[in-house]
Amino acid sequence: MEKVLMKGNEALAEAAIRAGCKCFFGYPITPQSELPAYLAREMPKRGGVFLQAESEVAAINMVYGAAGAGVRVMTSSSSPGISLKQEGISYLCGAELPCVIVNIMRGGPGLGDIQPAQSDYFQATRGGGHGDYRTIVLAPSSVQELVDLVYDAFDLADMYRNPVLILGDGILGQMMEPVVFKERPARQLPPKDWATTGKMGRQKTNVINSLYLDPIKLEEHNLKLFKKYQEIEAKEARYEILNGDDAEYFVVAYGICARIAHAAVEMAREDGIKVGLIRPITLWPYPKKAFEEVLPKAKAFLTVELSLGQMVEDVKLSVEGRAPVYFYGRTGGMVPTAEEIFEEIKKMRGLS
Amino acid sequence: MKMEIIMAGFGGQGIMLMGEILAHSAMLEGREVSWIPSYGPEMRGGTANCMVVISDKRIPSPIISSPDVLVAMNKPSMEKFTPMVKSGGIVILNTALIDERPARDDIKVIEVDATGIADELGNMRVANMVALGVLIGETGIVKPETVIKSIDYFLPAHRKNMMEINEKALKRGIAEVQK
Repeated sequence: MEKVLMKGNEALAEAAIRAGCKCFFGYPITPQSELPAYLAREMPKRGGVFLQAESEVAAINMVYGAAGAGVRVMTSSSSPGISLKQEGISYLCGAELPCVIVNIMRGGPGLGDIQPAQSDYFQATRGGGHGDYRTIVLAPSSVQELVDLVYDAFDLADMYRNPVLILGDGILGQMMEPVVFKERPARQLPPKDWATTGKMGRQKTNVINSLYLDPIKLEEHNLKLFKKYQEIEAKEARYEILNGDDAEYFVVAYGICARIAHAAVEMAREDGIKVGLIRPITLWPYPKKAFEEVLPKAKAFLTVELSLGQMVEDVKLSVEGRAPVYFYGRTGGMVPTAEEIFEEIKKMRGLS
Repeated sequence: MKMEIIMAGFGGQGIMLMGEILAHSAMLEGREVSWIPSYGPEMRGGTANCMVVISDKRIPSPIISSPDVLVAMNKPSMEKFTPMVKSGGIVILNTALIDERPARDDIKVIEVDATGIADELGNMRVANMVALGVLIGETGIVKPETVIKSIDYFLPAHRKNMMEINEKALKRGIAEVQK
């Protein structure tokens, strides 16, 4: 199959079209603008709709409309723009609408800067908007994985009638790597018999709604959502463990940070330190199983993030006090070198 | 085999494209590759750089902290990145825009008047291909004929008339280190 050299943002856009995305609504922001630019060029040629909305808020509500009509729909932005979309995301979750939302994270808070960051982890994995809800969060660490996870994101969204977030960062969006767009067998997905597509002889009136004024009804609705989230937690958590076989220490990192941490792990290995890498691929549901797998032999964990410590809370919740959990992070768009992480690995070994 | 390369210069010197062409040709030769641009608030005349990693194996980090090779197309780039170059590494300098020399004796410095040669060939904008020629002539990291295929891949249809001069520039660069 043909390999092409592509930027993360553009590969993501191409994968969305191939995954059957019919509508894209967005508003430009660095460092993800190549994604809407690609779709602006390609969507009209390939039977889709591209629309640059007047704002992020408008874009996410257009996503609500298209998803309600049962088509595959996507929006993308970067950190400040994703904050603006949170109200809409809460409504999408409440109304159980499938869609894909891409966040190519940059430094915050506020307008921050345009350099890579992972400081939206809390926002992505804890809901982000108001209400008792979850979004599935996928965290690719290479351009090829970005492509593969776009297909998965659309399938997961349709399977569970739930928004799926793809959480990348400025480097991943901007970098080029070879990718292959593999043909994938279509998955068996539930019919969208809930979509508002006109009755056309159907008896039932479909309504897309997140308003339940009767608290008894709303509690029922929340419990139904919660059951769905439990099923997702049981079935969809994903991770990769590298150099894990004989490892006594583990670095935990996701996205681009996992790539740098992998280089640090290889340095430490050359130095004779038995260290492995746990790379969560889903951030929600969090892959707790990865920790159960390594805990019998793991002496300590080091979480590395492009933030001052967000995923580290999930690492602690997974380890449950059975081993020390250390943290190292850079923030504000700064990126640690492999050497810096290697030093932290040495410290972890000295401390535990 | 793994080679980490930083290319840097002014915006407008074709720094990004030089890196893309190198990464693309290494991919065509079956290698793993990654390419990262600097993407600050830069514009023509500002500084620009990209990082290219070429390897036989899965590339852990695409971010380079100590390159094997630096291509510095202007003075600020030489000053910024030379201290990072691995001991025993290579620095390729565009002497037309760099009047100083690095104060390190543990690296190999290759001086080439890339801008001058490009000008002589008829278009200053192919200085990047002269520098790329020097890089592949010195390191043998990819074959010249693969690079020519990649140049053709990146040149849009309405710019195919530039193929010949780019090819010439690449070959002049190779000749500079093989003379």
